[in-house]
Amino acid sequence: MTWVSVVIHGMLLGGVYALLASGLSLMFGVMRIINLAHGSLALVGAYMALLLTEHLHISTYLSLAVVLPGALIVGYLLQRTMLERSLRAGQLVPLLTTFGLLIVIANLLQRFFSPDVHSLDAGRIGPASWQVSSSLTIGWFDVLTFGLAFAVLGGLQVVLKYTQLGRELRATAEDPDTAELVGVNARAVYARATAIAVATAALAGVFYGIRSGFDPNAGANELLYAFEAVVIGGIGSLWGTLGGGIVLGVAQSVGAQINTEYFALAGHVVFLVVLVLRSMRQAGALRLLRGKVA
Amino acid sequence: MSLLTVEELDVRHGLLQAVRQVSFEIAEGEAFALVGANGAGKTTLLRSIAGAHRLTGGRIVFGGRDITSLPAYKRVKAGIALVPEGRRLFPNLSVEENLRVAGAARRSGRWTVDAVLEAFPLLQPLRRKRAASLSGGEQQATAIGRALMTNPRLLLLDEVSLGLAPIVVEGVYRSLATLIEAGTTVLLVEQDLARAMSVADRVVCMLEGRIVLEGLRGELTREQVTAAYFGLDRREATA
Repeated sequence: MTWVSVVIHGMLLGGVYALLASGLSLMFGVMRIINLAHGSLALVGAYMALLLTEHLHISTYLSLAVVLPGALIVGYLLQRTMLERSLRAGQLVPLLTTFGLLIVIANLLQRFFSPDVHSLDAGRIGPASWQVSSSLTIGWFDVLTFGLAFAVLGGLQVVLKYTQLGRELRATAEDPDTAELVGVNARAVYARATAIAVATAALAGVFYGIRSGFDPNAGANELLYAFEAVVIGGIGSLWGTLGGGIVLGVAQSVGAQINTEYFALAGHVVFLVVLVLRSMRQAGALRLLRGKVA
Repeated sequence: MSLLTVEELDVRHGLLQAVRQVSFEIAEGEAFALVGANGAGKTTLLRSIAGAHRLTGGRIVFGGRDITSLPAYKRVKAGIALVPEGRRLFPNLSVEENLRVAGAARRSGRWTVDAVLEAFPLLQPLRRKRAASLSGGEQQATAIGRALMTNPRLLLLDEVSLGLAPIVVEGVYRSLATLIEAGTTVLLVEQDLARAMSVADRVVCMLEGRIVLEGLRGELTREQVTAAYFGLDRREATA
């Protein structure tokens, strides 16, 4: 029964990673932009929620009504001002720009909010849980997070597959010049997609902030897990990211059950194994891709 | 009134001047062929009209409106569609998705997904197939269909026969002739002289970025065009 509990908690933990990874999966997997500041933008969302709850005395969940639209605007501007220019200089340049942004955000947060650990109020749902059996208790908040990850990834998948924005986004990712030639405003499409990605990051940041404490440097660590979830699940597949998050969460949870020190290690090992297997299989496909670019 | 007016166009690729002082007009409903050897500047000229290249000089007027500084996607909305060289489909999108992407910018008109599939029956069973999995001829049909989805007033076609088997080219040109008969204004870039002269009302020959010969189909002989194509006239003049 202990192991069932371990696996179920691992899956729920995976929901947390999947939620943060959803926007990353959209940008990294579909648009081919590596946004190293994704975790930091999530953190900014958490800090904005903190400001709102402390000063306006509203619930954390209500603060999302301000945080999410704000994140959409930030995402749109981020693409138009920084990423778009970086992308024009090559696919690796956004890596440098967003790494810079990560450092700037961490320092700004430290300057304005101090290096202390903060946390967000979970509201009434926080301590509520469901006692399944003597050894298995499931927290409602964890279930809510998991459900949200499911909804966000599912929603993104539907947008990508069945809407005009989704088609235009995939077309632009494959060939931006030709997309423009068939009437797609490629820059606006990318800006809208980045806006959505940053909004999901902020959402994930707020839920992360409720779940555990955060400090100005928490962004980078969370980003690593989110990246692993995207890669394990398969780059470009949003449903895969949910699976990737679950695999990572379960691995960490099982690892920690064997020895608490193995928590992070077990996740990284699974990630490495998947990466090696995948790159072996994709070696052929990559060669094809390079041939096409050249 | 002319649909497209190109005035003294200059286009550069870095240091190389690909198009030099090119001027011409295309009337509504006309089929206009641009011929010339490799590197004569045909593709660059076509892509400049579509908005994919920035001009160094000159002006482009379309439907009475100066579109010189309009970005490519807005030119599509104005009614210019390009079938690019090498087809350039979105490889991981299905045939139908390729068509629908272009459908967003569509002007009102008769072309819809169903109308395109009707015009190119070979695409009917392939509509859910990935574009990358199609044969060359099927890809070319999709590329033309994709351009038609925007209901263009002017259709630019770049080397539609390149890399296709002769029998497939036959089919592509048959559907092209149907389009031209229906009154679509077409600007066609073609290396195959006979093909170009079979469908076009007017033929323009480019050499080293300039227009060296221009005339109605009936007025020009194959020999004249061939001479202009290879720059033979000029050599005689300097000799």
